[in-house]
Amino acid sequence: MKIYINEKENLLEAGLTAFQVRDRNKKDADVVVLNGFIITTDVVLKEDDRITLIKKGEVPKREDLEALLVARHTPGVHEKVKKAVVGIAGLGGLGSNVAISLARLGIGKMVLMDYDVVEPSNLNRQQYFIKHIGMPKTEALKALLKEINPFVEVITINEYITEENIDSCFKEAEIVVEAFDNPVSKALLVNTMLQKYPDKYIVAASGMAGYSSSNEIQTKRVTNKFFLVGDSVSEARIGNGLMAPRVAIAANHEANKVLQIILNEID
Amino acid sequence: MIINGKCIELNGETSITSMLNSLKLSHDKVVVEVNMDIIPRDQYDIKFLSEDDTVEVISFVGGG
Repeated sequence: MKIYINEKENLLEAGLTAFQVRDRNKKDADVVVLNGFIITTDVVLKEDDRITLIKKGEVPKREDLEALLVARHTPGVHEKVKKAVVGIAGLGGLGSNVAISLARLGIGKMVLMDYDVVEPSNLNRQQYFIKHIGMPKTEALKALLKEINPFVEVITINEYITEENIDSCFKEAEIVVEAFDNPVSKALLVNTMLQKYPDKYIVAASGMAGYSSSNEIQTKRVTNKFFLVGDSVSEARIGNGLMAPRVAIAANHEANKVLQIILNEID
Repeated sequence: MIINGKCIELNGETSITSMLNSLKLSHDKVVVEVNMDIIPRDQYDIKFLSEDDTVEVISFVGGG
């Protein structure tokens, strides 16, 4: 039967168990992942099962690393996300969180756009560190993503978005994530994408300030290509701040919608 | 006509621009859908709504 061991195809005799495969291939592995789940009791293997063998504390060789990074993915997901190209417009509270989730998924390629530099008040919700203060966000985020999943290709565009450069920035992306702060930019990007690129998907966000119920943040389908995340009303303004929990919830609504689109399982 | 799920009464011939003005929405912070079609911004002045239309207006708020 065909079994994948650390994502590599192997032809093995039928009836073998997961722990027998472990003993043959990496006897010192203390984590055995079968089809995305860590098993602690032995299981008889079936055709196309995927096993990953990990020894805690050991830094894997680069040729094994990519498979190990995604061992806990639902089977079949990684090979699809690896072919995807996603654009992220804005690398603030929304964008930096979306980028990190997509990198952890192992997305094939990301095009990241922002003109701004990291400043201290960003750190209450954006995924940057103290050492990034003063750096352009494109540069800081690219460096972070390399340390999360070095197999993700990251293209950066350090520019302010305009009607003219929208085209060239996101030409290659099948899905664009709107992650701006300014509502005028949000509307401009969404209208431009829907009009000029009707075959592309746009996932946008509106309303995530404050600390009212997390359950108010939703994902709505506006058209079959336009999805809107947020509570639609919680505007960032004087007296109503933007903080990590709700902003990251909205960002991960966006990231999960991107994943559903890639997997063709849009609800 | 129906706007964002609510029955709204608007007087006379209403363009999208005047609809947005009645609802006190900024034309540059919205996406407008009429009967499932997204209307380009350059048509807001010339596209007129009728009582049978179903309109969805996404009005973006700041923050992200």
